[in-house]
Amino acid sequence: MEGNTETNLTMSGADAILRVLEEQGVEVIFGYPGGAILPIYDSLFKSNSIKHILVRHEQAAVHAAEGYARSTGKVGVVLVTSGPGATNAVTGLTDALMDSVPIVCLSGQVPTHLIGNDAFQEADTTGITRPCTKHNYLVKESEKLCSTLHEAFHVARSGRPGPVVVDLPKDIQLSECIYISRQDRHGRRYKPIINPDKSKIIEVAKLLVNAKKPIIYGGGGIINSGPEASNLLRELVDLVEIPTTLTLMGLGALPHDNKFFLGMLGMHGTYEANLSMYNCDVMLNIGARFDDRITGNLKEFSPNSKKIHIDIDPSSINKSVPVDIPIISDAGSALKELIYELKKLKFKDSENRIGVWLTQIDEWRSKKCLDFNQTGKIIKPQYAIKRLFEKTKNIETFITTEVGQHQMWAAQYYGFSKPNRWMTSGGLGTMGYGLPSAMGVQIAHPEKLVIDISGEASFLMNMQELSTLKQYKLPVKVFIINNQWMGMVRQWQQLIHGGRYSESYTDSLPDFKSLAESFGLEGLRAENVDQLDDVIDQMMASKSAVLCDIQVAKEENCFPMIPSGAAHYDMLLGPEDKQNKKVSKDGLALV
Amino acid sequence: MSQNQEIRCTLSVLVDNEPGVLARVIGLFSGRGYNIESLTVAEIDTKVSISRISIVTCGTPMVIEQIKAQLRRLVPVHDVDDLSDNSVHVERELALVKIVNTGSNRIEALRIAQSFRAHTVDSTLDSFVFEITGTSSKLAAFINLMKAIGDVEIARSGVCAMSRGKISKLKQRDDML
Repeated sequence: MEGNTETNLTMSGADAILRVLEEQGVEVIFGYPGGAILPIYDSLFKSNSIKHILVRHEQAAVHAAEGYARSTGKVGVVLVTSGPGATNAVTGLTDALMDSVPIVCLSGQVPTHLIGNDAFQEADTTGITRPCTKHNYLVKESEKLCSTLHEAFHVARSGRPGPVVVDLPKDIQLSECIYISRQDRHGRRYKPIINPDKSKIIEVAKLLVNAKKPIIYGGGGIINSGPEASNLLRELVDLVEIPTTLTLMGLGALPHDNKFFLGMLGMHGTYEANLSMYNCDVMLNIGARFDDRITGNLKEFSPNSKKIHIDIDPSSINKSVPVDIPIISDAGSALKELIYELKKLKFKDSENRIGVWLTQIDEWRSKKCLDFNQTGKIIKPQYAIKRLFEKTKNIETFITTEVGQHQMWAAQYYGFSKPNRWMTSGGLGTMGYGLPSAMGVQIAHPEKLVIDISGEASFLMNMQELSTLKQYKLPVKVFIINNQWMGMVRQWQQLIHGGRYSESYTDSLPDFKSLAESFGLEGLRAENVDQLDDVIDQMMASKSAVLCDIQVAKEENCFPMIPSGAAHYDMLLGPEDKQNKKVSKDGLALV
Repeated sequence: MSQNQEIRCTLSVLVDNEPGVLARVIGLFSGRGYNIESLTVAEIDTKVSISRISIVTCGTPMVIEQIKAQLRRLVPVHDVDDLSDNSVHVERELALVKIVNTGSNRIEALRIAQSFRAHTVDSTLDSFVFEITGTSSKLAAFINLMKAIGDVEIARSGVCAMSRGKISKLKQRDDML
């Protein structure tokens, strides 16, 4: 719609910036004002096409934009000022980089003539954010402003998505500038490969149907490819009937109740998923990156399998695990080609093709590694999440989490049927991610149920955002699994450091109910198992944001667990299991 | 070749000559724990602002592949050429070598310089500055000899490298910002 007629449109840099955002389809930005970004805030005041959400801390702005992006597939946009504004955003940017979330972060900067002068609120933002962004820019000439911003959006959303920072000196925001529209900008660099090599796909199709012990291992790349890729994964699994496991980032790519779903794999993955990974003969990795949480001991990772790796990022391939067939491609287009090729082949149904393997897997399944005993009045954290799932499974629900035990329990006991419903900090493991992320999800889906499954320690890290929830009337539900410990730290100290619980107890916790009320929100508390269902019901019925203090068993551990440095077959299944397995000396140094 | 054996590798990287591009490349090496043995950089096309970075690095074959993939991932990087791939390439380095000595050692220094085809670019009554170009090992040999016959000060440029044979043309520039 923008034609050449408008290429000579002049306006202030700040107005041009907003116009770029409009043209890029931005509806919401998350930000916090300050001196060096005031001209943009001034333009924002005069425009009403873009909604601005005022957060209470810049880290939360980025997490909120991540929640927004991950639940919609759109680019999340962040607006912060120079110096502390930008440095506060660094954790969020790193988080988005690790989890491949498309973010454009606009940061104010001191005017160009003051750069390098240690000016007030000056920080070398491009220097600081270089290793924690996919790419970043410092705009020093107003002629380059528009094309740089358009390129920033292109880089953020294309290929493997990621965060992009555009640092905007105040004089550039105030300067006069000629608007350049999206399609009028000169040329394009950064063109990632998105379609697979066909001959390799044919090879993969043959391998899959001839395998005796195949497994599909899917990751966040499927989610990032868009909802269609998840539909294709389901189609693939239904077609070839191959057992499938998903990473933490991939949950939702295949419905949790699919017959061939093995559950999550990795450090706290299921027994059946991890043993299938170890014993398989053909492994098809789609959009996952052989992360250390997944592989455990690399030397003993799936030693007898032919490995196929489909990834959009060439640097993910052969990084830690050498693979036999590398395919650089978007997950969706690779899946489409693969299904197309498979349909040309003749193969028997799974019972006749891989019956022995399926029987073996059923045997592993029968261990019921996620079983727990809810006895007595004290709420087991697993039970709390299971109940939450049972009560919300028939409504469209979006789940975010913080980081720690509650996150792993959420991954294990909450079942996802669709992609983009699960927002968790996987790569960076950022405590404090869940609440602001839920905020962003709720902005994108105002009518939907959005729940932050939280831990009391993580919650405290970004609890200032309760104020944002109040201001924008965002009915986010915070479901705090409160065990009064930094549970995962305590668990490692118990299992690995001889029970020396060094600084992992969260003393002096607030009364969460009154805390919520002091922000003008609703607070609920469940102290015993009889109150749990009522609290969940009340929480769901409320039109307000609700803070639920679910007081759970204090020293429950998260199982199954592959201790650091151990192999897939070396899992701890429960508290009884830990006696004879010691963490190796090498494992001790791992995180 | 064993997968765990470290190999030396010369990479030729074409990048947009824009602020921060060198920091991006160096930051990638330091941030991910790769080695840089030598690095040279200069603009080679002022019209379209393209620089060539020559990097000598070492690592296992898997690490070298990873370095190349990581470099290609950078937005301002247009091309990464592994010159060691089939070793049909030339490498040159330049060094300035100052030697301070007297008497017969002075004559010896001149004689060695001559046989190494080093140029004398400056001389005083008790010093020479030689300019020598060649492979890194030739430079090292020359410097070692000089050290034996005087006090030596050295400046080296790092390796500059290029493939032999056909011209590897810059990709069409119209796809650039």
